[in-house]
Amino acid sequence: MRRSCLALYPLLLTAFVAGCGRTTGTTADLLVATTTSTYDSGLLDAILPTFESSRGVEVDVVAVGTGQALEFGKSGDVDVVLVHNRDLEEAFVAAGHGVERRVVMFNDFVLVGAPEDRAQVSGAATAAEAFRRIYQTRSIFVSRGDASGTYARELVLWEQAGVAPTLTDEWYRPIGQGMGETLRFADEQAGYTLTDRATFLAVADSLRGLALLFGGRSLPENPDPALLNLYGVIQVTPEDPLAPRARLAADFVDWLTSLETQEAIAAYGVERFGQPLFYPASDAWCAASEGAAMACADR
Amino acid sequence: MTGWLSDVLDVSLLTLWISLAALGISALLGIPGGVLLALRRFRGRRLFRALIYTGMGLPPVVVGLVVFLLLSRRGLLGELGWLFTPAGMIVAQVIIALPIVAGLTAAALESLDPELPLQVRSLGPTPVQESATLLRQARGGLVAALLAGFGGIISEVGAAMLVGGNIEGRTRVLSTAIVLETRRGAFATALALGGVLLFLAFVVNALMLRLAATPRRSG
Repeated sequence: MRRSCLALYPLLLTAFVAGCGRTTGTTADLLVATTTSTYDSGLLDAILPTFESSRGVEVDVVAVGTGQALEFGKSGDVDVVLVHNRDLEEAFVAAGHGVERRVVMFNDFVLVGAPEDRAQVSGAATAAEAFRRIYQTRSIFVSRGDASGTYARELVLWEQAGVAPTLTDEWYRPIGQGMGETLRFADEQAGYTLTDRATFLAVADSLRGLALLFGGRSLPENPDPALLNLYGVIQVTPEDPLAPRARLAADFVDWLTSLETQEAIAAYGVERFGQPLFYPASDAWCAASEGAAMACADR
Repeated sequence: MTGWLSDVLDVSLLTLWISLAALGISALLGIPGGVLLALRRFRGRRLFRALIYTGMGLPPVVVGLVVFLLLSRRGLLGELGWLFTPAGMIVAQVIIALPIVAGLTAAALESLDPELPLQVRSLGPTPVQESATLLRQARGGLVAALLAGFGGIISEVGAAMLVGGNIEGRTRVLSTAIVLETRRGAFATALALGGVLLFLAFVVNALMLRLAATPRRSG
């Protein structure tokens, strides 16, 4: 009788000790914060092993919203941030939280929605015009409504369209979630949303009825340069620049913008989607290709 | 296809280690805490009871947020470097499970026949013997306390996401993996992971109930 109850204690103690052993295992050599859309594209899973094996290190990636990623940088909880919101990135560096903003790659945003396209955005000449049509027809629009790069661009486009939806507009639905969830929500509600092309391509199979309505079938066919989406990588300002971790972070930024990695980025996704998900745009790449990439001009 | 199988195994094992370790700590602290609350008179007993009951109702995501702020480098415990590690997740899970274990242990002891503590005390036991005897009598409720604590933490996702960061191979547990796969639209995978989570919870529950139900020796 005593055994039955007291046996619980050793079981739990064993679990505790075993757990301790498991949790005090190796920690990562480098911690990178990026956005959920970047992470979900699978690009980092594809290219990181090259960095890890060549340096013999482990790199952990935490995927959160742009705002949260930059907050992690400010508090020093990560070593590198990789996001796509130029204004916030430049403010981040200007405030001293980051060493330097380096452009990595770009892709584009597209407008998706129900194939019926009641607002006729597929006939619009620019994204701003498409947004105006959505506003005027009071069509359901699902917004990220967070501190993401996508939401920042959405706000720019509303401004360009000369209109400003508010919460009293019941067709405007800000849900404060990631791109994957936002696409699913738009799918369920037969609404429009602004999305980066990469995430849309990656999850399109699981969406019942969302069509790409504005932005062309691939980036070169996108009629509106206002939809270009630049990704920047920033090393978080280290306490000790000479510490191994800080040097590894600087090495990581150099590696990400190096020619070989840029080529790997250009090749990613072509087999699965018939087009790349990202287009290289680092300084090294622009120099080598003599500024051929669209984003080499204004970054 | 061994790639995904080993991924599921890794995630499942990590889920178990973290939650069982947190439960272990919660039991080590919570059962004596429950005994204290139920069987001992002391100043501040009412406050202690209120704290435990409040703790039982803490929203896990708020616990996660507070632990995240504490463990962040600019937080009070930033020096530990436990953010985005299983250790940090265990801290959050202990805060969630400890009040549950303590509160329900106290409730189990208090629901014993009130004659019982008097009868036991009349035999002149030490405090530890007395507590152990009464705990044995209330072991059904004690196991329920542990299972309630365990159930609360193994399926919790808000704190696990905030404090752990859902890092592949390091802090990704079943609950956060389900959120990720759902976000990606991989519903079949998400459902399968949900099945694994249910299975693990069931196995642990069954084991604990079995241990508690060991038949008494007669006489």
